[in-house]
Amino acid sequence: MILTLVTHDRGIIEETAFQALTFARSLSEDLGVPHHAAWIGDFEVDDRLADFGVSTIHQIGHDGLDDYSAAAWGSAVAQLTDSISPTAVVAVGSDGGNEVMSNVGALTGLPMVANVREVTTGDSWTIVRTRWGGSLLEETSLDAPIKLLTVTEHAVEAAPAETGATVETVAFSPDLSEGDLVTQVVDRVVTSGGITLTTAPVVVSGGRGVGSPDGFAPLEELAGLLGGVVGCSRVVTNNGWRPHSDQVGQTGTVVAPDVYIACGISGAIQHWVGMMASKTIIAINTDAEAPMVTKADYAVVGDLGEVVPAIVEELKSRQSTR
Amino acid sequence: MRILVCIKRVPAPGARMVLTEDEQAIDTKLLSFAISPHEECAVEEAVKIAETHDGRVTVLTLGPPEAEEQLRSALAVGAHEAVLIPTDGSDWDPMSTASAITSAVESLESHGPFDLILFGNESADSGGYQVGIRVARALGRPVVSGIKGIDVEGDGVRLRRETAVGSEIYSIPLPAVIGVKEGINLPRYPTLKGRLNAKKVEVQRIEEERVESGQRMVRLVTPPQDVSATTILDDATAVVDLLEELQVVKS
Repeated sequence: MILTLVTHDRGIIEETAFQALTFARSLSEDLGVPHHAAWIGDFEVDDRLADFGVSTIHQIGHDGLDDYSAAAWGSAVAQLTDSISPTAVVAVGSDGGNEVMSNVGALTGLPMVANVREVTTGDSWTIVRTRWGGSLLEETSLDAPIKLLTVTEHAVEAAPAETGATVETVAFSPDLSEGDLVTQVVDRVVTSGGITLTTAPVVVSGGRGVGSPDGFAPLEELAGLLGGVVGCSRVVTNNGWRPHSDQVGQTGTVVAPDVYIACGISGAIQHWVGMMASKTIIAINTDAEAPMVTKADYAVVGDLGEVVPAIVEELKSRQSTR
Repeated sequence: MRILVCIKRVPAPGARMVLTEDEQAIDTKLLSFAISPHEECAVEEAVKIAETHDGRVTVLTLGPPEAEEQLRSALAVGAHEAVLIPTDGSDWDPMSTASAITSAVESLESHGPFDLILFGNESADSGGYQVGIRVARALGRPVVSGIKGIDVEGDGVRLRRETAVGSEIYSIPLPAVIGVKEGINLPRYPTLKGRLNAKKVEVQRIEEERVESGQRMVRLVTPPQDVSATTILDDATAVVDLLEELQVVKS
């Protein structure tokens, strides 16, 4: 069978985990084997797992699994893997998915292929995976008794399909050591409520062209009017204009909003790979030849210092006449 | 406090990447190299911790002989010792890399363990996300990845990791392994004195065998380029028309 580790935060499934479930469902259909899911902790299992061809859910219970620890999750999945011998174990290539599967790889002594985009099965598997955050791909061969892999976020679209089939839930109790539990989360600090870079439908992002920390004020206003958030490029965080948590790109956050508005961002490859999965990309830039402008769906060639406030004014005037 | 930082030599991020004819590597004839970004921050963090906790920083890399350049960059910003595990320049998979580093760490620890071993969260080029975790598991030490804040507190460290809505806090005993993310600090530039000192340090070499893991890179592939034409919007009115059409304007 194919086993998908469903990553969640205290019972709330990570949105991109549905992409991994979709990927694993096609893999199981391809091989003609069942699709099982691993669900960690004593949290209510999300009904939506049934929409991804999951026939059996292994609910992994232990007192030490009431809060996240990559080591404990990794040990639990490694033990389940030893016990049920799946063909492959799949998780999403998020920070959490990658770190748990790395622990599984270390504990089972198996290779773990991170950020996979395509798999061709056979005696050994041929895998296409992400390198350089997506600006380069790698074809890799994998020869292992159990294949461990994570799926690149936003490489496949989540495609639920109701089948009406019943899902069986089976309990599994792992042995966790002191060492597994020492890396558990001890505290949480919530600094922003509501929408975030990864969940916002619109991201208004600024680059070198914004010129200063104050230059972000019109971008903040535009984001507010669109129910979005502000992001930025690496130059901006390196200059200390915005916190690193706002950075979109290979070494920052990878986003895939409905609309990405890139203001004064030239479009260096490490930024592009962090937002290329956006549905619609609008560039605002004085340089018509900038990579961001030539790769965007739409572009305004002009000074963002004039264009962004003009968009804000236009939005406000239409709102007031409505 | 003894700190080990593991770094990787990569083509400087942002450069245009053209493949070699055999598709085994990026053509680097015209490229410069750098320490992978997360690891550059790991070096800075190690040096900062060493400055306040009377520590010594050793920097280690597995790579071609030319990777000595990146070791010297780390020495120039304050690391004290450097170790190279030389390769022939071919691509080592994560398991064989971790196995070689684990073995090298064991031989470097003949006089006691490093209190902290820092890795970058993932390398800029191959991005396997796992070498630090594999090394930690092999050494039997706790490991947390994605860390953007380290505070040494007594016999342990308090770690901060960013989430979408704020941060998670971890508190783990030493010795420990940490995967560091860019944003934890802004790395300093080397001083002239630092550069001169870096030249005087002798780089220690530790030879390690490459183990077979079952995973092997076949070739690199340039992804298909986005060739869709860009529609030029003339003014703010056209932008707002589009935003309304895309239904992202709050009503």
